[in-house]
Amino acid sequence: MRTGEDDFFVLEDNARTPSGVSYMLENRETMLQMFPELFSQNKVKPVSNYPKNLRRSLEASAPANCDGRPTVAILTPGIHNSAYFEHSFLADQMGVELVEGHDLRVMDGRIKMRTTRGYKTIDVLYRRVDDDYLDPLSFNPDSMLGVPGIMDVYRAGNITIANAPGTGIADDKAIYSYMPEIVEFYTGEKALLKNVQTFRCSEADSLKYVLENLDELVVKEVHGSGGYGMLVGPAASKKEITNFAAKLRKNPSNYIAQPTLSLSTVPIFAKKGLAPRHVDLRPFVLLSPKGMDITPGGLTRVALKEGSLVVNSSQGGGTKDTWVLED
Amino acid sequence: MLGKTAGGLYWMFRFLERSENTARLIEAGFRIALTRSSDTASEWKSVVTTAGVRSSYDAKYDSYTSVNVVDFLLRDPANPSSVMSSAEKARTNARMVRTALTTEVWEAVNENWMVLRDTLKRPVKETDLPTVLGNIRRQSALVRGAMHGTMLRTDIYDFAQIGTALERADNTARIIDVKYYTLLPSAQFVGSALDNVQWETILRSVSAHRSFRWLNEDDMTSANIADFLILDSRFPRSLSFCSRIIEDSFGFLAKDYNQTHPCHDVIEAQRNTFRSLSIAMVFDTGLHQFITDFINQNNALGQQIEADYRFNG
Repeated sequence: MRTGEDDFFVLEDNARTPSGVSYMLENRETMLQMFPELFSQNKVKPVSNYPKNLRRSLEASAPANCDGRPTVAILTPGIHNSAYFEHSFLADQMGVELVEGHDLRVMDGRIKMRTTRGYKTIDVLYRRVDDDYLDPLSFNPDSMLGVPGIMDVYRAGNITIANAPGTGIADDKAIYSYMPEIVEFYTGEKALLKNVQTFRCSEADSLKYVLENLDELVVKEVHGSGGYGMLVGPAASKKEITNFAAKLRKNPSNYIAQPTLSLSTVPIFAKKGLAPRHVDLRPFVLLSPKGMDITPGGLTRVALKEGSLVVNSSQGGGTKDTWVLED
Repeated sequence: MLGKTAGGLYWMFRFLERSENTARLIEAGFRIALTRSSDTASEWKSVVTTAGVRSSYDAKYDSYTSVNVVDFLLRDPANPSSVMSSAEKARTNARMVRTALTTEVWEAVNENWMVLRDTLKRPVKETDLPTVLGNIRRQSALVRGAMHGTMLRTDIYDFAQIGTALERADNTARIIDVKYYTLLPSAQFVGSALDNVQWETILRSVSAHRSFRWLNEDDMTSANIADFLILDSRFPRSLSFCSRIIEDSFGFLAKDYNQTHPCHDVIEAQRNTFRSLSIAMVFDTGLHQFITDFINQNNALGQQIEADYRFNG
């Protein structure tokens, strides 16, 4: 997100099952159709390579014992999931199978999918199912979305699961507060982008400060997502603040707090004409043993309500095409 | 291809065909109700029977009136084979197999569902019925057109074709099953051949009253009609025609996969029967018996395909 002309901050990390890339691609397609002249006047870097690069990254992550071209598949919770469109879109664009848990089974120590010609081994599974639901034998025993025994196959090194189970720890908002140190520890260099100042409520001093300044802070659950379970101090009523303070005292380590930042705005076309709305940016980065690939574009998320800072699409936020210009 | 995807394609096209067939049955029934004063209730009853929803209809209504039957067949959620239910299931299956469909086919099946959802939100008035039924036919023609014009001729297409042909054969067979007694030679004594309401209804239910006349120079006899519905290789809704489509699609699958299954033997046996069959022989074994056997065989074939190509595991 941006707060000033050259002030960019990292707001959070998404390493579990990050979604939204299909919106980035479809936004660009729509813009190309509606405003072709903008693209002939400006040299905009294309984002359409993303599915190809994603497939390449996934293939490059195949297990060592895979000979020949790796078989890739996307694991989706199914048509009732809100991101199903994205799952089928990516499967279509990458030319890989879109599977659900009940299409898969463990046979001969491998994960195989049931096809019209028999069972076929999968080498790399791009999963869009949360950790908890991946394997009823290892995690949530009631899960119908996963594959019983897949974690054994994974541990034996016979399938690559991307993103790897456990990467969600990087999404944790308390972990986030240590990111500058983590970056420096592993790279020996300072992080290029700044973190937002973050108070860990598990620490007594921080908790005290947060409780005293709730009306000015944004408080979030450490494992939360989608803009739920949070308090936006300046926008909250007295009663909401009192209630939230009680929750905070009860379980301080469940929360972090940040100063309310003024997100930058972009113009949108509202009912009464052009109007400013707050935005943030979600860039997409692919990482594989072969290297890193930063998509020259991203998903700009817009809070459609006037003054609102909640950009999540699950709460009525919109999206915008985002350009990176050629030099 | 995933077994689930093959199953999704097969059912998507079965449901599309079913929704169109139901619309056609309503059209035929509605015409009889408008043009004949006598006993429309028994006509509507045989329409409901042909649609295979007698028990769920009887559970809800006591009598067979135009209003009730049309509503039940068009839009009742309690009727799993209603036009709306079928269009909805076709779309759900299409969503599931989205990656196997071209954008054109997906958009056509999605639009089919959206248009029907809006059109069938409220009970359809009698004055609007012809327009609504016309819409239903047009929407399903759009799906079929997109299918033929844009889909690769791969196993995806084969499973779609098999689903369509199996459902269509089932529909034609059930029409004959319900009305078989009107086609028995002795039935000719009931009325003059040219004026047989029942025969006209049968032909209208498969939208073939004009093509039949064209092919048979208006020679309306029960044997000619039965021959047309069962054996005519030119009529795309005859049992023999549907069976050939299935045979062809199975042939492509066998070649593509280099693999044959028990379902290949079933269809081969059926094709051999059709090749040597004349309508006289059908009447000799008994029309009703023949049709009952065919329906059972068709159902068994459907189940065999599901097992052979691992639709469900």
